[in-house]
Amino acid sequence: MIRNCRGSAPPRFIGRALAALGALPAAALAAPAWNFQTPVTPIAREQFDLHLYIFWICVVIFIGVFGVLFYSLLKHRKSVGHQAAQFHENTTVEVVWTVIPFLILVFMAYPASKTILALKDTSAPDMTIKVTGYQWKWNYDYIEDGFGFYSTLATPFDQIENRAPKDENYLLEVDHPLVVPVDTKVRVLITAGDVIHSWWVPAFGVKQDAIPGFVRDTWFKADKVGTYRGQCAELCGKDHGFMPVVVEVKSKDDYAKWSAEQKKALAAAADDPHKLWDQGALVARGEKVFNANCAACHQASGTGNAAAKIPALVGDAVVLGPAKAQIDIVLNGRNGMPSWKHLPDTDIAAAITYTRNSWGNKAGEGLVQPAAVEAERK
Amino acid sequence: MSSVTHDDVLGHGHDAHHHHPTGLMRWVTTTNHKDIGTMYLWFSFIMFLVGGTMAMTIRSELFEPGLQIVQPEFFNSLTTLHGLIMIFGAIMPAAVGFANWQIPMMIGAPDMAFARMNNWSFWLLPPAAVLLIGSLFVPGGGAAGGWTMYPPLSVQLGMGMDMTIFAVHIMGASSIMGSINIITTILNMRAPGMTLMKMPLFCWAWLITAYLLIAVMPVLAGAVTMLLTDRHFGTSFFNAAGGGDPVLFQHVFWFFGHPEVYILILPAFGIISEVIPTFSRKPLFGYASMVYALAAIAILSFLVWAHHMFTVGMPTAGLLFFMYATMLIAVPTGVKVFNWVATMWRGSITFEAPMLFALGFLFLFTLGGFTGLVLAIVPVDVQLQDTYYVVAHFHYVMVAGSLFAFFSGVYYWIPKWTGTMYDERIAKLHFWSSLIAFNVAFFPMHFLGLAGMPRRIPDYSQQFTDWNMVSSVGAFWFGLSQLIFLYAVLKCIAGNGVKAPAKPWEGGTTLEWTLPSPAPYHTFETPPVVK
Repeated sequence: MIRNCRGSAPPRFIGRALAALGALPAAALAAPAWNFQTPVTPIAREQFDLHLYIFWICVVIFIGVFGVLFYSLLKHRKSVGHQAAQFHENTTVEVVWTVIPFLILVFMAYPASKTILALKDTSAPDMTIKVTGYQWKWNYDYIEDGFGFYSTLATPFDQIENRAPKDENYLLEVDHPLVVPVDTKVRVLITAGDVIHSWWVPAFGVKQDAIPGFVRDTWFKADKVGTYRGQCAELCGKDHGFMPVVVEVKSKDDYAKWSAEQKKALAAAADDPHKLWDQGALVARGEKVFNANCAACHQASGTGNAAAKIPALVGDAVVLGPAKAQIDIVLNGRNGMPSWKHLPDTDIAAAITYTRNSWGNKAGEGLVQPAAVEAERK
Repeated sequence: MSSVTHDDVLGHGHDAHHHHPTGLMRWVTTTNHKDIGTMYLWFSFIMFLVGGTMAMTIRSELFEPGLQIVQPEFFNSLTTLHGLIMIFGAIMPAAVGFANWQIPMMIGAPDMAFARMNNWSFWLLPPAAVLLIGSLFVPGGGAAGGWTMYPPLSVQLGMGMDMTIFAVHIMGASSIMGSINIITTILNMRAPGMTLMKMPLFCWAWLITAYLLIAVMPVLAGAVTMLLTDRHFGTSFFNAAGGGDPVLFQHVFWFFGHPEVYILILPAFGIISEVIPTFSRKPLFGYASMVYALAAIAILSFLVWAHHMFTVGMPTAGLLFFMYATMLIAVPTGVKVFNWVATMWRGSITFEAPMLFALGFLFLFTLGGFTGLVLAIVPVDVQLQDTYYVVAHFHYVMVAGSLFAFFSGVYYWIPKWTGTMYDERIAKLHFWSSLIAFNVAFFPMHFLGLAGMPRRIPDYSQQFTDWNMVSSVGAFWFGLSQLIFLYAVLKCIAGNGVKAPAKPWEGGTTLEWTLPSPAPYHTFETPPVVK
């Protein structure tokens, strides 16, 4: 049932209201939405069954209690001449209807507790993805693979403002869906950058609040290839209704291909360590790297901190001497200085070049190319 | 001892009686429990219409997908203020209004214990209402973080949020004063011979509610004060970057919030426990167990708050504890429902409007109780948390629960209040129209929630269209049905109807039916003796 909703003038609105009222039974029959979405993970399946189990117990009790009530309303009316009895307590009955509900609750709590233990078990995942909620988009980081991207609503504004017909996945479509392999236990680390959000995929049975400043975790293991859609479930401001979650579950082969493409794209975007830089460009970049990583100890002025035994770089023998020794110290650390080998070659080369050409330093080997750092790593 | 107190109150009462002002000043300066009760009830009804108008605006926007009527920011303010106004402006003052009118008459007291404080507790409410509604018109708009006001979102909002915080403070002070008054009245001013266990159940329900209010309103005040200092004075209670925790607010808020929902429903239980025996012409079944069940519900209400937060990422032990504790509430609540059914069993039942609303309450509140049980099951709640299923659940217990019980109470006691019988045909029309419209509006929300529609969204995907349309039609129908109620009440006040006898209900047994109708301005100046 797809409707095209354009701007509605008031009379048309009332007309539609009347039409909807007339179509009540038809709507009831045609509506697809009666129950949980079709589950595709073991946890979602347990939730689905647990809900129906509790539901049917409630239905039976409801019919029982209100069966008695309706019998009473029918037979014990004044209008049929029923005289009121005057009893007002019965300890046995009262104890019975306190104990029996308690026992029924035990039968509800047992399977529910088992499922709780299962859904909290995030141990031994096959892969880990970090999800960060922002106003109003999601960010996905593939922690082991080192790539990540933002995922934002793809529905055009014209459709929301009723200037264009709404398409099938109106409000449930994004530019970059989260992609995961089938039959894989995915651990999801969840946090937020601004306010609280909640990451929810109904078909996976996963809903976890994203709390700024804290990391929570949950997990899922989808066993069916397909596209699954959910939404942010915690009010997060103006566009709370417009930050859907879309997850594409791919076969393991397709996922491997997709993941390889992402890594290739990541590599293409990275610096080529064999590029030859000119000194000015490398110094300019190096200043940023230095200030972000080194200045905390060596100071932006390169004067170090004698009290903390942090050497000044101004006029320092290593900085003015052969580049090889300085690269070695930066990569591996020395005394109190940590290793910086997690930084890319180009950044290390830039920072070293910067120290050799700043604060009055004029090293003989003034220009250190990234290739030299790469060579030192081996 | 107590007779001395009565003589004192009696003396003052006469004094005030001789030269009390008329016109507007009568209402501004009144210390009479009946006048104050009337003001509470009218205030509550006006707030009910304001909150209802907001609800109908929300339902208009949700009639079909796309944004048609309001923008998302304003939509969020509407849902926020609808909640706050209905809870603090409509349901709570209505319950206090019933307490003011009925508790002195039902325990044989001449007035409330602290008559001047009673006046002050009422007159705090209009300024709070002005702050709440006025916040919509200040720069930045009204509070838009939901009635739960979770930070950090509520820290981002404009001065509308500050106005809301002050409104909550004022209403909290009003509630605490009202509760102190009710407790003191009930404990000290009962007629000779009326022991606690002979007291009408309505008074018991309010006694327990008043203790709950005194326990939790300061907790809410603390939560919103921390919010205020986080917003303006550089504290970091709820800001992780400063060593705080956003989830702390949720714990503190719901430690208030869960007892709060029982504050909203226990007075309703009290009314139902008066109405059902009267129209069954049979004493309430299991009086003592009814009292114990009320107390058990009140005590358990302090142990279940985190079931509102099952998706924040609690430890497994926390999930298990709060699930078990929440499920336990079904036991005393079940006892109450069974006792009401047993009261009707082999009675001599008639179906006047108060009884119809009581039956509607019983049926639909129980349904809301069952969905509450479903929501208590953690794995199921993970799917349903923050969806329309929750919206359906709390409207079944708050609208078909509290509100229906209040309608029942108004029709039950309005002959005593105005001296005129309400029009039974109009009242029955009001009942059936409300009953059907309520279910058309709220039953489909269960399906929407199960199918995955989150709450508090101004626009939705097209799979949810059908049920939203049905729900919107029902909401308008329900809203308009309340004009029938207004008409029925105004008709009584105008004296347009059959003159009410002192005891219009054959099965009435409580003390207010020994007074003439309408009840005189001062009643029980000489306390009755209860055997």
